[in-house]
Amino acid sequence: MSALGHYLEDEGLSTVSISLLREHAETMHPPRTLWVPFPFGRPLGAANDPAFQMRVLRAALDLFHRPSGPVLEDFPEDAPAQAVDDMDGQFCPVSFPKPPAPEDRTGFREAILSEIDQLAPWYDVSCERRGRTMVGLGGLAIPDAARFLDAWLADETRESPVTDMSKVDALRWCGADLKAFYFEAVTARPGRMDAKQISDWFWLGTSAGAMLRALRKVLLADAESGIRDVGNFMLVAEEYCHD
Amino acid sequence: MVRLVDVDPLLHDFLRDYDCPKLESQPWTPPPALKDMRVAIISTAGLKLKTDRPFASDSCDYRVIPADKANDVVQDHVSAGHDRIGFMDDVNIVFPLQRLKELAEAGEIGSVADFHYSFMGAVDARKMEPAARQLAGIMKEEAVNAVILTPV
Repeated sequence: MSALGHYLEDEGLSTVSISLLREHAETMHPPRTLWVPFPFGRPLGAANDPAFQMRVLRAALDLFHRPSGPVLEDFPEDAPAQAVDDMDGQFCPVSFPKPPAPEDRTGFREAILSEIDQLAPWYDVSCERRGRTMVGLGGLAIPDAARFLDAWLADETRESPVTDMSKVDALRWCGADLKAFYFEAVTARPGRMDAKQISDWFWLGTSAGAMLRALRKVLLADAESGIRDVGNFMLVAEEYCHD
Repeated sequence: MVRLVDVDPLLHDFLRDYDCPKLESQPWTPPPALKDMRVAIISTAGLKLKTDRPFASDSCDYRVIPADKANDVVQDHVSAGHDRIGFMDDVNIVFPLQRLKELAEAGEIGSVADFHYSFMGAVDARKMEPAARQLAGIMKEEAVNAVILTPV
């Protein structure tokens, strides 16, 4: 982000960068930077909170008033705690049978397909309510994406299931689609969930989460660096990698 | 969050060791007044329309997001370091186009560009330079004179 600001400014465009990592902005000193104390993935701080997002945006635009630079200023507010769904009622987790241990490499498939079946109606509700979905990067139906990932874990395949898609991309995008499907479906159900509850539920309470954690270990041992990168950086949220 | 000291150890070393470009010059373009600004957003979240070709993980090109297509945007950048739960619920948490339109409607900025852009994140920023400089020319053709850069 910081380097982009530098290049664009050099071409005669005025820029302001929002930064989530202050140290990088300090190193690259782009022309105008607003550092925001929010988690990665949330540069505007809070979903469905237009007032908060507007404060962030106005703080960024305000840097255009500085007479010279580089400018690096801190946004003064933390992001508000949030539930994903603001409907009344308590969080009611979707309970599935206890998933296999992440050390296992078999036994996930039928459990995951059953979970997908149970979540499918709520995924449809999510699509209807949100008018959009994050699912679709891998180009496979969700049961097929799950079968591919599970087959990789079980050492049944080492090939991409999608024509013209590399193995690396198939792994990361099928993984992303599977997670998005579960997250969108569970948050379409009545009840309130914050991001931590959703993550705990998926990574610790579903067979899909357990399968991805097991698959990560297999990918980390792969001979191809690109596949190890998927295991290292793309498949499992970092706080659930420590087992 | 987010200072390096707060980052999970698995991601910490990657971010600490990230080879930030050494940018020797310090360009500075005086901005127009806010009311005269035509503003575009450039994201590094790997945003694209569903119908666009996907980003490769080391891709240094960009995708175009027409201003009337914000709801069709998906995020190619997946990482162990961030979830997409916020983006799932609200595109504006990553790509604040609706907020920008509201600022224009309120007269706080001049106008919102017809086209916005996204690169992939976590790539070698030096390799973005040719595409970024080309993009600057394209944006100026559309009379854009200010850019908001948003990370993920």
